[in-house]
Amino acid sequence: MNSLKGIIYNCRQATFLIEKKQIKKLTFRENVELRIHLTGCSVCRVFQKQSILINRLVKNLIHDSHNKDRKLDDNFKKNLQDKIEDELNKNK
Amino acid sequence: MLIDKNKSASGNEHIDPRQWVKKYADYLYTYAVTRINDEEQARDLVQETFLAALEKVKNFEGRSSESTWLTAILKNKIIDIYRKKSSGLLKKTDVADAETAQKDFFDPDDGHWNEEFRPREIGVEEDLLVSAEFSIIFQKCMEKLPALWSSVFAMKHMDEELTENICEALKITPSNFWVIIHRAKLNLRACLQKNWI
Repeated sequence: MNSLKGIIYNCRQATFLIEKKQIKKLTFRENVELRIHLTGCSVCRVFQKQSILINRLVKNLIHDSHNKDRKLDDNFKKNLQDKIEDELNKNK
Repeated sequence: MLIDKNKSASGNEHIDPRQWVKKYADYLYTYAVTRINDEEQARDLVQETFLAALEKVKNFEGRSSESTWLTAILKNKIIDIYRKKSSGLLKKTDVADAETAQKDFFDPDDGHWNEEFRPREIGVEEDLLVSAEFSIIFQKCMEKLPALWSSVFAMKHMDEELTENICEALKITPSNFWVIIHRAKLNLRACLQKNWI
């Protein structure tokens, strides 16, 4: 029981495991510890919910931005096109 | 994602640098600006990507599509920027500042959330999924993170890079990686909560 005490009462450690869990499978022991903590700690349950949401929003953001390309201005593109043509002609 | 209609069944395709600006410039620019949040630097990166690609054109073996190939070149350039940003002289001070900022989150003795910093229910979660505001607030909160932390966060949660690749690119140990992933989220969440309400 003593070794479990660390996590059961420790929100810092619990939030660490919440983050780890979203990337990697926790060990059996870590999983049990986190479950016990979350059962008794409503604040960390809110943290977990929000943390998962944030990751979802970030993925959405990246996905969305691919559907809605931001535009480079035409001048910049024209210069870039010229540079590419120059390079191609150089190598002829 | 870009769908490449020119791709032939064999996987080989014709490379046509004269079409690059028209076909990929906006896409690559968007890709860069979402990740480094600096329009001027993103523009430079698009140019560097095309010029670097021109030099490598002979080595292109058609194993991937033209767009995938160009994106990979850009991606490596972005990782170089992450690396430079997070290994500069600023590194130590900005990490120290961020660590001080979150020291107050938990009670130093028992590790409980301190009252003032407890995550609170916001109750409008689903609205955020479609909120344009989120992306603005999120970028601002990312900027407040130490460069090393935001780089680790972006590589993991935006690009889903393998942990070992992130450690290698940014020269950190795996245990360091987990500490940073945790701390970055603590600060990011706190910053988002402050601005949501």
